[in-house]
Amino acid sequence: MTGTIRDRVIGIIAEQAVLDVSDVRGDQSLADLGIDSLGLVESIFAIEEEFDIQVPFNANAPDSGDFDISSVDAIAAAVERLVKDQHG
Amino acid sequence: MRRVVITGAGTVNALGQDVPATLEAMREGRCGIGDLDIRDVDRLSVRIGGQIKGYDETAHFNRQQISLYDRFTQFALLAAREAIGQSGLDFAGGLAARSGVVMGTSGGGLSTQDDNYRAVYEEGKNRVHPFIVPKLMNNAAASHVSMEYNLKGPSFTVATACSSSNHAMGQAFMMIRSGLADAMVTGGAEAMLCFGGVKAWEGLRVMSKEACRPFSANRTGMVQGEGAGVFVFEEYGHAKARGAEILAEVAGFAMTSDASDIVMPSKQGAARAITGAVADAGLNREDIGYINAHGTGTLANDKTECAAVADALGPQADRIMISSTKSMHGHLIGGTGAVELLACIMALRDGVIAPTIGYEEPDPECALDVVPNEAREARVTAVLTNAFAFGGLNAVLALRKV
Repeated sequence: MTGTIRDRVIGIIAEQAVLDVSDVRGDQSLADLGIDSLGLVESIFAIEEEFDIQVPFNANAPDSGDFDISSVDAIAAAVERLVKDQHG
Repeated sequence: MRRVVITGAGTVNALGQDVPATLEAMREGRCGIGDLDIRDVDRLSVRIGGQIKGYDETAHFNRQQISLYDRFTQFALLAAREAIGQSGLDFAGGLAARSGVVMGTSGGGLSTQDDNYRAVYEEGKNRVHPFIVPKLMNNAAASHVSMEYNLKGPSFTVATACSSSNHAMGQAFMMIRSGLADAMVTGGAEAMLCFGGVKAWEGLRVMSKEACRPFSANRTGMVQGEGAGVFVFEEYGHAKARGAEILAEVAGFAMTSDASDIVMPSKQGAARAITGAVADAGLNREDIGYINAHGTGTLANDKTECAAVADALGPQADRIMISSTKSMHGHLIGGTGAVELLACIMALRDGVIAPTIGYEEPDPECALDVVPNEAREARVTAVLTNAFAFGGLNAVLALRKV
């Protein structure tokens, strides 16, 4: 996959949601896109594989980690930060 | 209907290598969870577990036995030795044919698989030991217990993930009650604390990296344990006639399937199993004084379980005590219900309720009396033990004081 980090993250989320990339908006939450808790864990795995990073996420405390999953924009920004921190 | 009682108990787990040591640890609210000491632990992100420290297989088994006994089989045999020793039963003649063994496990010989996959894939070896298959098979523990003690009746292994040993004990109970057997050796064993075993669980993102805190608002997930619990179930008249010491009566059992989601628990499925076990035991919900919870320490399980208990027991839910001993010994997966049955026996016999340790903050979604941090003295005459597995398979046993 090529493109910006944001585009690649949206690509992963769109695939998980079985939507076209153009149907995914930055302000949407994963729940808005129909992605449940298992889908979230799978998306995070796909992100880790795509960018070769470790994402700090525990399904038991989804809001307390450093990884903001409140919207597509938030996830993209968090991944950009992790890529910079871990590969910068 | 034939009644079923428990006349022997045995265990090895992170809290102790026998029943007295385990019960003492539960009474003291001691934590058996600590840093994992396993190969390649530096490549894991989850590095804690309820591992049995100081366990030396060569102290218990000879070289030939070790070549056939995976760690989970070893645990099962050690627990069976204690349980059968306590029962005083000698399985000879007619009794042998009327006695069997039903064990629960989820991973079976996972360490054996892990070691040998490593040998062929990572180390590039083209040869493995000839006994790998009989060592890793899920029924190895049940078969070796059967061979060691001459148990010639119905014997098999149940694998229903985290409910395995409750399902196994439920089968043993029903076999004696229905007349298929007079005595059954039953329980569960698990030894998943190897690199591959922990790595697989890590992937699901439900494991805590610091502690198992069931029902606490700041809980961060489950912690794996290992070990075995084994019991001798016996027909009441048979036990009575030989003057055996009776630890408790197994009074009822129920199992249900959520038929909904492969990992997310269902309140309805759990509540139906609880209601079913109470009814099967011929008890009223007002009779229940204590529940040994499934209580994994995950966000989803604990709130769903509390809601299910509230639904199933109604107003009685506010009067019962419910605790999760997983906070101390970790989650033994397919062996967990068996080790947790010890807490039920302690409640009925000794009047001591094992605590939920590591409890720090009340969670409004778990608003039951979870016996936080310290054991409590209380007189109870009937108890339940819950197990709710991935895959939506639920199994609840009801025990009564004799």
